[in-house]
Amino acid sequence: MKTGARILIDSLKEQGVDIIFGYPGGSVLPIYDELYDADIRHILVRHEQAAVHAADGYARASGRVGVCLSTSGPGACNLVSGIATANMDSVPVVALTGQVPLPMLGNDAFQESDITGITMPVTKHNFLVDDSLRIPQVIAEAFYIAGTGRFGPVLVDLPKDVLMRTVSPDEILPGVPDLKGYRPTYHGHPRQVKKALELLRESRKPVIYAGGGIIAAGASEALCRFAEEMEIPVTITMMGLGAMRSDHPLNLGMLGMHGTRYANYAVTECDLLFSIGARFDDRVTGKIDEFAPNAKIIHIDIDPAEIGKNLTVDLPIVGDAKVILEDMLERLEPEDRIIRKSWLEEVGKWKEEHPLTAGNGGGLHPQQIIREISDMLDGGGIIVSEVGQNQMWAAQHYGFKRPRQWISSGGLGTMGYGFPASIGAWFACPDETVVLIAGDGSFQMNIQELGTVVQYNVPVKMMILNNMYLGMVRQWQELFYERRYSYTELPFVDFVAIAKAYGVPGRVVESEKDVVPALKESFETDGPFLIDFRIEREENVFPMVPAGAAIKDMIGEHVRQDVGGEPVEQEAD
Amino acid sequence: MKQHILSVLVENRSGVLTRVSGLFSRRGFNIESLAVGTCESPGMSRITIVASGDDAHIEQVKKQLNKLIEVIKVIDITERSHIERELALIKVNAEPGKKRSEVMQIADIFRAKIIDVGQETLVLEITGDTGKIHAIEDLLGPYGILELVRTGKIALQRGASTISPGK
Repeated sequence: MKTGARILIDSLKEQGVDIIFGYPGGSVLPIYDELYDADIRHILVRHEQAAVHAADGYARASGRVGVCLSTSGPGACNLVSGIATANMDSVPVVALTGQVPLPMLGNDAFQESDITGITMPVTKHNFLVDDSLRIPQVIAEAFYIAGTGRFGPVLVDLPKDVLMRTVSPDEILPGVPDLKGYRPTYHGHPRQVKKALELLRESRKPVIYAGGGIIAAGASEALCRFAEEMEIPVTITMMGLGAMRSDHPLNLGMLGMHGTRYANYAVTECDLLFSIGARFDDRVTGKIDEFAPNAKIIHIDIDPAEIGKNLTVDLPIVGDAKVILEDMLERLEPEDRIIRKSWLEEVGKWKEEHPLTAGNGGGLHPQQIIREISDMLDGGGIIVSEVGQNQMWAAQHYGFKRPRQWISSGGLGTMGYGFPASIGAWFACPDETVVLIAGDGSFQMNIQELGTVVQYNVPVKMMILNNMYLGMVRQWQELFYERRYSYTELPFVDFVAIAKAYGVPGRVVESEKDVVPALKESFETDGPFLIDFRIEREENVFPMVPAGAAIKDMIGEHVRQDVGGEPVEQEAD
Repeated sequence: MKQHILSVLVENRSGVLTRVSGLFSRRGFNIESLAVGTCESPGMSRITIVASGDDAHIEQVKKQLNKLIEVIKVIDITERSHIERELALIKVNAEPGKKRSEVMQIADIFRAKIIDVGQETLVLEITGDTGKIHAIEDLLGPYGILELVRTGKIALQRGASTISPGK
């Protein structure tokens, strides 16, 4: 005879799960009792939100499905923002939650919450298991849904009596998915693929716009080969960073609100935008009517609902980015290899004229810190960011070399994501140097995870870009709200002392000359290390496209007039 | 803004109606009517939704519906040759005498059935398309409609075509 909890553990092992991030509680006691001597590792976090972010970080770093576990009621509710984060960024996570026993369901029992109802809009799918015999099937379906097609989070709600009931093994339904309504498309329609090549052949000024779908599909190599064969410049969304080496001559870096000027100019001027695994998010497109205004648009996406959602495209191809790019590479004819010399020169000139700049003179400049970290790790390691200015500086200035190296909350922009995600990333890749780039605001959103870091000796290098502000909001207040810094100033916090109290070594850096020695010390230290960089307080992230403006109209630093870019007053609304 | 009748074949599991209706409100799509019930395939239900919007809007609705795991098939029935029906029950004032016979005549013309007779009221059952139901509603108005309840619209394609996969 087997309990539901035992069946659950067996089903998880069947899926290859060897690590779970979780936090115990009353309704999941049967699961924890099984975990006590199971050969699945359980990482005890300090807050359920950290469990789901860690599972998400694990998934992004490894490409495997991440698993988290919480109790019913408050435990389950604490997962919600993390589940929504994974949903927005298409990250495969399976969240297991306890639930009150079935007979008590709907009675407002102690620690009851309708978590399937609550998470319906922020999961790819969710289940309330009402029969112990169905556990293997539900778990198989949950992993299948999470980790195929467009990835996403799946929640499985497990009532306590379902976990406790004992059943005879031969009654249990097999762990085989039975999903009539779920059939992801992987192969692009051959006619559409051929048409895409025709459009590329006709184009004089093409740009590839690559997104997180490249990372998810494992299509980085195919992307780089395609871009190189065709000599097409590539711009990458924040979610796609690492899809192509940052220093690749064809790489224009990030586009959109805090993209490079040259990427935004290239998109504005191109005659063909070849979008692969990106979703025309408002932070990328700015004013959508003026996004790639002269271009025909090809849109490859595994999710048919993304096509035509934000703008009308000329040629949609539904399918997996890697499968389609490889198909296109195979179909390439010698006449497809057109060298568009004048376009490449034009783009090259923009690149040369408008490099990303790091602040100079006086104070400590965060861009410079990111560049030092990048140099010191030779563009290696796993860089996990929080959300806000720290995130944009890291995205702009780190020299990424490979996919799955950059982990950041894109769609939802969840402050407090980075620290627990960095812990999850390290468990996925324990041989990598994991660096957390945080702001003082976001670090304090899940600062309690110092406890987890210490308990498991997770060697995350925590770099706090401390400006004693909620910096990105302050930046908007400076630029668009007449410097009325309403509730964005944070008091002094001695982060090194906090770290020390947890048993984590740290150091304060106040001047440029101390940056390199402190970084060296942190990388040479076994185990976790925290650096509190007291950066220039009112440093801004530039360039910047004000919300709702066209992406060619960037503020900050110098502005080109000849592509129609209008200099926008920094004080303008 | 055109009215569309979407026919949605779903797995008959708890919560599936919430997923479908929640999707409409969450994404800012309006439902004008919704009818749901089991259908010819065991374990399946068929939901008929009337929604209005421009073509791009309806296309997005269909795609989002298709993303729901429990949704097997979505068709826009308005694009095909089809028949559609609504059913309404109307409780109308009909005192014995002249008024009652007038109401009964109207019912007769519309091929409505009288399914309840009270001292002073009649309940009519009428089926038809929206226009027909509106018409009888207008005609009965002067007598005093006490209550009116209608189902959402249901629809089928004409001829041998069906929604079911593989057919």
